[in-house]
Amino acid sequence: MENRPLEYDYTVAKMFMLTTVLLGAVGMLIGVILAFQLAFPELNLVLGEGLAEYTNYSRLRPLHTDAVIFGFTLSGIFATWYYVGQRVLKVSMAESGFLMFLGKLHFWLYLLVVVAVVVSLFAGVTTSKEYAEFEWPIDIAVVVVWVLFGLSIFGLIGIRREKSLYISVWYYIACFLGIAMLYLFNNMEVPTYFASGGIGNWWHSVSMYAGTNDALVEWWYGHNAVAFGFTVPIVAMIYYFLPKESGQAIYSYKLSLLSFWGLMFVYLWAGGHHLLYSTVPDWMQTMGSIFSVILILPSWGSAINMLLTMKGEWQQVAASPLIKFMVLGSTFYMFSTLEGPIQAIKSVNAIAHFTDWIVGHVHDGVLGWVGFMIMASLFHMAPRVFKREIYSKSLMAAQFWIQTVGVVLYFTSMWIAGITQGMMWRAHDEFGNLAYSFIDTVTVLHPYYTIRGIGGLLYLVGFLMFAYNIYKTMSARPVEESELQNASPMGA
Amino acid sequence: MFHWLEKHPFFFAVGVFVTIAFAGLVEILPNFAQQSQPLVGTKPYSTLELAGRHVYIKNSCNACHSQLIRPFKSETDRYGHYSLSGEYAYDRPFLWGSKRTGPDLMRVGNYRTTDWHENHMKDPASVVPGSIMPGYAWMFKNEADVDTAYAEMLTVANVFSVPYNKPVPMKDGSTEVVKMGATLDEARAMALEEAKLVAADMKDQNVKDMVAAGKIPEIVAIIAYMNSLK
Repeated sequence: MENRPLEYDYTVAKMFMLTTVLLGAVGMLIGVILAFQLAFPELNLVLGEGLAEYTNYSRLRPLHTDAVIFGFTLSGIFATWYYVGQRVLKVSMAESGFLMFLGKLHFWLYLLVVVAVVVSLFAGVTTSKEYAEFEWPIDIAVVVVWVLFGLSIFGLIGIRREKSLYISVWYYIACFLGIAMLYLFNNMEVPTYFASGGIGNWWHSVSMYAGTNDALVEWWYGHNAVAFGFTVPIVAMIYYFLPKESGQAIYSYKLSLLSFWGLMFVYLWAGGHHLLYSTVPDWMQTMGSIFSVILILPSWGSAINMLLTMKGEWQQVAASPLIKFMVLGSTFYMFSTLEGPIQAIKSVNAIAHFTDWIVGHVHDGVLGWVGFMIMASLFHMAPRVFKREIYSKSLMAAQFWIQTVGVVLYFTSMWIAGITQGMMWRAHDEFGNLAYSFIDTVTVLHPYYTIRGIGGLLYLVGFLMFAYNIYKTMSARPVEESELQNASPMGA
Repeated sequence: MFHWLEKHPFFFAVGVFVTIAFAGLVEILPNFAQQSQPLVGTKPYSTLELAGRHVYIKNSCNACHSQLIRPFKSETDRYGHYSLSGEYAYDRPFLWGSKRTGPDLMRVGNYRTTDWHENHMKDPASVVPGSIMPGYAWMFKNEADVDTAYAEMLTVANVFSVPYNKPVPMKDGSTEVVKMGATLDEARAMALEEAKLVAADMKDQNVKDMVAAGKIPEIVAIIAYMNSLK
């Protein structure tokens, strides 16, 4: 046996880092366009009447959500897995030609699916189910990509040197299993072309479930795709990257155990809160409400565990923009997992549901927690993967503040917009008639939509700074000779 | 026990799966045991209505409009009777939506007319000043996909026993039959007949010409669908 230090192989991680940056920029750009389309409807014709069908709000909207969820976030999850997985399991991908092949296949098939999704959504080929818009041929391809991800996880675990699975690996496993289960059940559909003996479009399908049942399965999926796509794998990232970057041990192992198994058990129940006051049976709505509130415990468990990891080392927050991203990300996670349960309380939901407050909630979570944590992870990975110090620390700090202001503008404007809207919808005058017509509740939101657009634009600008910083790190900095420890080396 | 699980990935994964699947089993299965029963007065969509529903889905109308009236006075005042589960028995997929950038459409057929929809889809701000909805000019040119709608009817009739060509009970005690063509050609002809009725109430010359030439523009189909929402 050779006796030399392990050299990790980051080929696949690098590929997914690239798509994280690229698809993030695209998804966020579309988001900014959408935000301004709501404030200034003329922008629906941004490329003229001829292309209006494709630049229209309703065509771009699913493209935005899917680009950010399945483009940016999923790429980030894959990129970090192919980095973290090797390191915590103490095994290099270079040791297994098979795993390397699977990893590359995983990437290229994923890219193919991304292209298919973009083309089909522009063409208006959609099943209409939120975050599950893809028609059956793409669904099958998605399942293949997901199986490859699973094979990579369990393959790497299979040849590991480290006996015990590190906390981050628990979360990656949960991400894989959770999404697999949810995706399969929600996307059960019958292709009409084959069931009708060859009539109509071959890609068209009809859902296996009807009406209320369909809604139940969709939101069981929809909410928990957030759980296992936006919470679980991002927690995996912070459990690895924060201790690494700060050089601090995780505050409490017991707390991480408690919050992990608590999250696993509680999260799935909460999906019902999307269906309050709908035609879903009352007991399910009540369960959805109750478990959403209980969900605060495991969520805050991980967040507090992370914040306390910085105990005695808070000066690092001031010194390092990278630590700033992670700490503010955890704080936004706490904020968002408090806001969600509040919205899931029936009386609050009566006002919040169907309004922009929900949009605000999604975005303070996604921009503040998911976005910050993925960018921080990439910032941590870049010097180690490319063996160069980060191009510019001051650019990073500027990005941090610009994006933070962007997130704050975003969620505050949406809070006000949503509550205003909810209150106006339900207002009655002294004779018991409705006080406002629907359009009154639309026009009053104009200033908030504009502010939201500006907030989103700031976040996008910050993201482009991030992309530039990563690009320059790859190309402009001299190669480091020595092995990098804890804190990431940064330029001026 | 947890320490042991962390050293045995297979059992760890099984443990995680059982823990996350538990809630789904308890919450979702009971509802499937009791199949969605259609409410009296709820009938399946006709070919043209279904083609219109596909246009609605294609353009993600559900991103801004809900089809779910909650049991609040403000909502029943504004939109009509609150939603009941059985009313959705033929909705595959459901189109409740999650955001109301525009108003609810569950019972829009009760209070909007064909020509209102026509003007609204062409230039929303002309009928609703201040509207932020974009126009949908291409629906006046693109042809609706009747074939796929017919394929879907065949599928749901065969696989899910949706009662086409069968008497469906109505609220006044009578019954109605929603016809499904025996062949594709028959289905196309039936959809065209339905389209002529809608187009008769419309002003757009291009639409009238298309229907006269035996083609069905998307706008006619989507209006037929919206008129069916009651």
